[in-house]
Amino acid sequence: MTENGQRARSLIRAAITLAAAAAVYELLARSGYFAPALLPKLSVVVTTLIATLADGSMIQHSVYTLYRVMFGFGLAIAVGIPLGILMARFTAVENFFLPLVSALMPIPSFALVPLFMLWFGIGNLTTILIVFYAATFPMLFNTWSGVRSVNPIWLRAAGCMGADEHSLFWKVIIPGASPFIITGMRQSFLRAWIAVVGAEMIAASDWGLGWVIFDAKEFLNTDIMLAALVVIGGIGYLFERLVFGGIERATVLRWGMVRSAKG
Amino acid sequence: MLPIEIRDVTLVYDTPGGKVPGVKNVSFNIGASEFICIVGPSGCGKSTLLNIIAGFLTPAAGEIRIGGKPVTGHGMDRGVVFQDFAQLFPWRTALGNVTFGLEMKGVAKAERETIAREQLRLVKLEKFTASYPHHLSGGMQQRVAIARALAYNPAVLLMDEPFAALDALTRDDMQRLLADVWRETRKTVIYVTHNVAEAVYLADRVIVMSPHPGTVKAEIKIDLPRPRDPLSVEFLECQKELLGYLGHNANANEPVN
Repeated sequence: MTENGQRARSLIRAAITLAAAAAVYELLARSGYFAPALLPKLSVVVTTLIATLADGSMIQHSVYTLYRVMFGFGLAIAVGIPLGILMARFTAVENFFLPLVSALMPIPSFALVPLFMLWFGIGNLTTILIVFYAATFPMLFNTWSGVRSVNPIWLRAAGCMGADEHSLFWKVIIPGASPFIITGMRQSFLRAWIAVVGAEMIAASDWGLGWVIFDAKEFLNTDIMLAALVVIGGIGYLFERLVFGGIERATVLRWGMVRSAKG
Repeated sequence: MLPIEIRDVTLVYDTPGGKVPGVKNVSFNIGASEFICIVGPSGCGKSTLLNIIAGFLTPAAGEIRIGGKPVTGHGMDRGVVFQDFAQLFPWRTALGNVTFGLEMKGVAKAERETIAREQLRLVKLEKFTASYPHHLSGGMQQRVAIARALAYNPAVLLMDEPFAALDALTRDDMQRLLADVWRETRKTVIYVTHNVAEAVYLADRVIVMSPHPGTVKAEIKIDLPRPRDPLSVEFLECQKELLGYLGHNANANEPVN
């Protein structure tokens, strides 16, 4: 089958799954067992979604949230990848950072929100730092594992062919660890996306999808809450499928370093 | 091409269970453009010796000189082909793998691609320059590995059982191909194998090693004309002689383990 054919099929499959989930929701909403104010019909949610997209408010909120995510995620990559590589290459770095990482990693990022609010106030800085905190560890851990799992025969072969430390790093270790690094980016983005919504609920003022949901609760606007959830899910889905899926198809899948599921 | 001298090379492995002798007092010379096979049972130190020549291991005593210069660490005067197919970089095409050494040498892009194409033609893979290793068969991957090791023009080609993981038919093809490549390039080749027929087919001279500790048991010159016919009486006589040194005299076609 052609690649385009496969792509179309996977889109159709995804659409079927989502349509089935929507149908179940609609059945529940129309069953009459729940108050419409708490469980609005899909048509209401869709109307709200279109209206908030059309007046630009939902887009503006999304841009704020995306800005915080990308900033925090970018910082997580900038810290996680180099530190992961250093930890894997140098025992001293590993010995120093591993206890710290092991102790910090289990702390939920939400638990830090009140503290960060006191330190950094309400708004972008706190939310970005929360995102950064949540996203760094998966990036760091996957890079660390990836570099340690680089096949020694590649290093040996490259050494025979005269590779110096610099070439070894850029031309062997980074591509050799790429399946793990890409997995790290995926997990890291997911954590970032989860963390930003939570952080915005508590520590953001007036803007952001998390704030929209939290604010809508005050007025019992469940349709707005659900519309915001749809946007959150949609953006997350697009990133997962298009951005990370695309990176994977262009690199590790093409190189045969990971395989797509068979059947 | 450069002659190689191996002088009293000794290496002891330090394992948790105590000291295990690898090779002991190994000495022999290799002429320029000579094809040497090292054969011996498992544990005879043949791979250890190759790793010392490659510079991956440092001997406890003795030395190796290539063209008069002592070996310290790995260098671009030697090309290495391993047994493991995974030696190729999966993120580079066949061409990208072959250009790697030239890239490290600082050869310009256009020139290194011309050289790499020529090397891939030599191993009959000119149609697969743009293929990634995972799309190539095991035999093709090993041919890319040979082209890659030759591309930066080392004086010596070191090969550690490169065809051992291939099926018998492919292995025969690969041996013919390697004999052709050697005839064209006239590299000095040191080839480790446990397959006696392979050694007789390829080598000018066979070094037989025996284990515990690894020492040279015999050196046998193979004086058969090339291309060699593995079914000729003379060929089988050579195999028998070799197997005799290895302590086998039964079925001459069986590889010795």
